[in-house]
Amino acid sequence: MDVIAFYLFAAIAIVSSLLVVGQRNPMYSVMLLITSFGALAGLYVLLNSPFAAVTQIIIYAGAIMVLFLFVVMLLNVPREESVPSAIAALVGPTGRRIGAVLALVFGIEVVWALSRVGLSWFAQDAQGESVKDVARIGSALFRDHVFAFEATSILILVAMVGAVVLARREH
Amino acid sequence: MNINPTIVAHLGLIFVIFNMLVLSAAFMVWMERKVCAYIQDRVGPNRVGFEGALQPFADVIKLMFKEQLRPKAADALLFGIAPVISACAAFAAFSVVPFGTETTLWGLLDVPIPLEVTDVNVAVLVIFAITSMGVYGIVLAGWSSNSKYSLLGGLRSSAQMISYELSYGMALAAVIMLAGSLSLREIVTNQAGYWWGFIPRWYLFLQPLGFFIYMCAGVAETNRAPFDFPEAEQELVAGYHTEYSSMSFALFFLAEYVNMVTVSAVATSLYLGGWLGPFLPDWLQWVWFLVKVFLLLFFYVWMRWTLPRYRYDQLMEFGWKWLLPASVINLLATAALVLWIG
Amino acid sequence: MVPLNYYLILSGILFAIGTAGVFLRRNLITVLLSIEIMLNAVNLTFVAVGRYLGSVDGQVITFFVMTVAAAEAAVGLALVIALFRHRETLSPDAFTALKW
Repeated sequence: MDVIAFYLFAAIAIVSSLLVVGQRNPMYSVMLLITSFGALAGLYVLLNSPFAAVTQIIIYAGAIMVLFLFVVMLLNVPREESVPSAIAALVGPTGRRIGAVLALVFGIEVVWALSRVGLSWFAQDAQGESVKDVARIGSALFRDHVFAFEATSILILVAMVGAVVLARREH
Repeated sequence: MNINPTIVAHLGLIFVIFNMLVLSAAFMVWMERKVCAYIQDRVGPNRVGFEGALQPFADVIKLMFKEQLRPKAADALLFGIAPVISACAAFAAFSVVPFGTETTLWGLLDVPIPLEVTDVNVAVLVIFAITSMGVYGIVLAGWSSNSKYSLLGGLRSSAQMISYELSYGMALAAVIMLAGSLSLREIVTNQAGYWWGFIPRWYLFLQPLGFFIYMCAGVAETNRAPFDFPEAEQELVAGYHTEYSSMSFALFFLAEYVNMVTVSAVATSLYLGGWLGPFLPDWLQWVWFLVKVFLLLFFYVWMRWTLPRYRYDQLMEFGWKWLLPASVINLLATAALVLWIG
Repeated sequence: MVPLNYYLILSGILFAIGTAGVFLRRNLITVLLSIEIMLNAVNLTFVAVGRYLGSVDGQVITFFVMTVAAAEAAVGLALVIALFRHRETLSPDAFTALKW
């Protein structure tokens, strides 16, 4: 049952990501990426981490993607894009064929390498089940990683100010 | 073939909950028109059925037979999928709301099932996540209609929703601190019992400011008056659902009412003690839940037809400059209270 | 039970797709989207290995990665808007003024 769910979510994630990279309409790209994030949230739930799944939906699919969507709508991003002659050789038919072969070789090598290492089944269920506990995540976040937490909050403040300054219209 | 009765009971419960949500949307249509009428000193629908009770069904049949239009320049895929996203998000958010204790269906089941679709240990965050997905229905509807009223309405509406999500989340955080858990069922069971014998231990009495913030943010999230500028007929024709007709419009309508029901149901669970109440046996406690949700929905409708509408910049100013600091102060005060009392 | 390898392989595939997007696409917004795909692939690795080791540090780190990704997306999009106002195009090949 778990394996079927894993294959389903993995298929959705891979197909959506391929379409995000492959197809031309930027609005569709953003919506497909949201689908990919949803599939990844499903995978997190399978991994007994509902907190990571929910934060993924809230932060990524609910906030960052809305930002992307607003920018795409605001800029009225054009649908077509032309390929300049400098890289036409790279993305032309020959370039694509060579690239595809290289990517396939790389992919096979990665899959082979990752499957011969002795990582198989997960840890004992009791120990693995406890990653679901939000209280544990909270105490890890605010005790062991409190410095990173505070630094991240300053980072967000800096990013917010920077984004407002950068996107401001010059008078 | 051995069918597990628990699974059948669960599926039956999900079916009942789904239909209950759809019927509650229909009931809300009727209640809104009647309450609006009495506030405006007239009678309202009274032809179809007793006191107009079948009016929503007549409306639905009329909507189903209308022609489904689509502007030629509209993006077909996004135009079609936007109301579906809105409706699905509205229904999915109700899936973690509990409305009763465990029941064995009067002895038919061996293992009692709790009265809810599911209980996740991060239930409050799930509701928050799914309501933030509802923004997409509105944004896509506004954009894909390719008309200026829709685009303006969609952008304003989604900006309003994401602004008020912050105060919504902070009000939730204060309640979570009091309850010590993210699961709605545990938050409700923490509100059992009485102080001094007659005041129930609801979080409403510990968090009056939090309740006010939550209801304001909830009203703004569902795009209801007095925060419904994006749908105001006088300003923007009909905002993001200008170009929609027939079943797509019905889906948006349904999504709005089901969102209202969800916000009221979550408010009852968080602040008003959920299904807890005196005088009723355990297996009837869901009646108290319905009573409380009905009171909050009546309050929603009452506000719509009594208060004037906020202008858009007033709305955004209220959300960012008043509600957000108030929710931060509420959170700090609650943290101090929890630390002091222990 | 799904073995850990499956999650790592999936993460590797997603990371490769993201990298391909960064290299091959001629639209700044799609490049930013591909970077988000790469960050998500890394998040998946963290959560999977965290679950494998029974430690919550995986989820804590993904929390930080998501926050940093949000900050980076905000600043990146602000830059894209500023660039678009300058040149009216979103192709990275239009901004080659600093090339020698």
